[in-house]
Amino acid sequence: MNMNRRQFFKVCSAGLGGSSIALMGFSPTAALAEVRTFKLARATETRNTCPYCSVACGVILYSMGDKAKNAKSRIIHIEGDPDNPVNRGSLCPKGAGLLDMVHSPKRLMHPEVREAGSSEWKRLSWDDALNRIAKLMKEDRDANFIAKNEAGGTVNRWMTMGLLASSASNNEGGYLTHKVFRNLGILSLDTQARI
Amino acid sequence: MALQSLDIKQRSATTTPSPSERQTVEVAKLIDTTRCIGCKACQVACMEWNDVRDEIGSVDGTYNNPTDLTSSSWTVMRFYEKENNSPFDLEWLIRKDGCMHCADPGCLKACPAPGAIVQYANGIVDFHQENCIGCGYCITGCPFNVPRISKKDSKAYKCTLCSDRVAVGMEPACVKTCPTGAIMFGSKEQMTEQAEHRIGELKGRGHGKAGLYDPAGVGGTHVMYVLKDADDPTQIGLPASPTISALVSVWKGFAKPLATLAMAGVALGSLFHYVTKGPNEVSKEIEDEIEKEDAQ
Repeated sequence: MNMNRRQFFKVCSAGLGGSSIALMGFSPTAALAEVRTFKLARATETRNTCPYCSVACGVILYSMGDKAKNAKSRIIHIEGDPDNPVNRGSLCPKGAGLLDMVHSPKRLMHPEVREAGSSEWKRLSWDDALNRIAKLMKEDRDANFIAKNEAGGTVNRWMTMGLLASSASNNEGGYLTHKVFRNLGILSLDTQARI
Repeated sequence: MALQSLDIKQRSATTTPSPSERQTVEVAKLIDTTRCIGCKACQVACMEWNDVRDEIGSVDGTYNNPTDLTSSSWTVMRFYEKENNSPFDLEWLIRKDGCMHCADPGCLKACPAPGAIVQYANGIVDFHQENCIGCGYCITGCPFNVPRISKKDSKAYKCTLCSDRVAVGMEPACVKTCPTGAIMFGSKEQMTEQAEHRIGELKGRGHGKAGLYDPAGVGGTHVMYVLKDADDPTQIGLPASPTISALVSVWKGFAKPLATLAMAGVALGSLFHYVTKGPNEVSKEIEDEIEKEDAQ
């Protein structure tokens, strides 16, 4: 650092003056303690349903950012939705800890398949996964579909396939699930969401 | 409601008066132990809101998990097994432990660090870690054994009654999440009324000893319990009549001004001594003697 004689004296006198004033009791007072700022003030709120059980409590996901193009959102807090008639804001311990499930390093983020005879899970795209499921379902249905029972009555059963539907379905989602899979002839149909 | 928590009623180790003109709502949390199912949603919601995560501990044979309050577990469910007259008459008592937010806070009285502990006008007692010096006096001062010193930063932590949420008109995180409605929040007046109503209900069901835990020894608390057996709060780990430790009252109330006086006295005495007697001088003879001794 370059400093001439004049600047050196200036800095010295300013320092000495400042510290003397502080010593005489004119030091700036520490900022008065105050409540922590509210961390959700400008967070984006998104309504959702808790994924765990059939009660299907309403939750609000709070994320950073206001959805601007260059801002990447991340969920920073989750709590119960007070406007949801099911839980009116309350959540059980699992629901209250949803944030850590969302960000869990063990969370399944994409479709995976374990082929017959293999011991390893392999990642595949959503398209491939859906095509594969459709193909296998069709094969199985073609092979095992029962159109008529022994007495000759039409039954249209598909007894070798079962479906476990989402627990987070609403009435309409449940109705559609029921409609589609009963049409295919599936009888073993269950969900926590009480279709 | 927003401004109320910004008004500071008391501040640790500070003698200047606090603003006291505004009359704001005193808040309270009411914990109905007779409705609690011990699900620990309050514990999870507390950690989630306050961005603290405790370390995974080990089971001690009870449902207490974690087994005690820590610097990152600000509330803990405590489970008590009570055997009544017959061995088949067992009771499983559960209490949500945490800061009671006393009207007369022992921690604040004991704290020597200016502004490390504050009491807001709404009754919340809050720790400000940036001012905390980690001495642990708040633990000695607390009649409920609540504050804990962190091993990471040697600062004291405890429940804040979600002062940040309450400041913007929301209820604390534990209150909001409670699935059975065992934890309630409102003005202290409302909560007292609510408790009376519930106690009447319990008495009607044959629990004659039901009552409210709002101990007068600490000026009342801003976290109150509805107890089924209010005659003996010790059976769920609450002190029967909590008061601020005599040590704290003596040191901070009585000994502190005395010590200040003594220090001032010493300073004044030294000054007078210097003025009247002057500096201590060694006479020429003694000096010569010492020199002789050194030479030998």
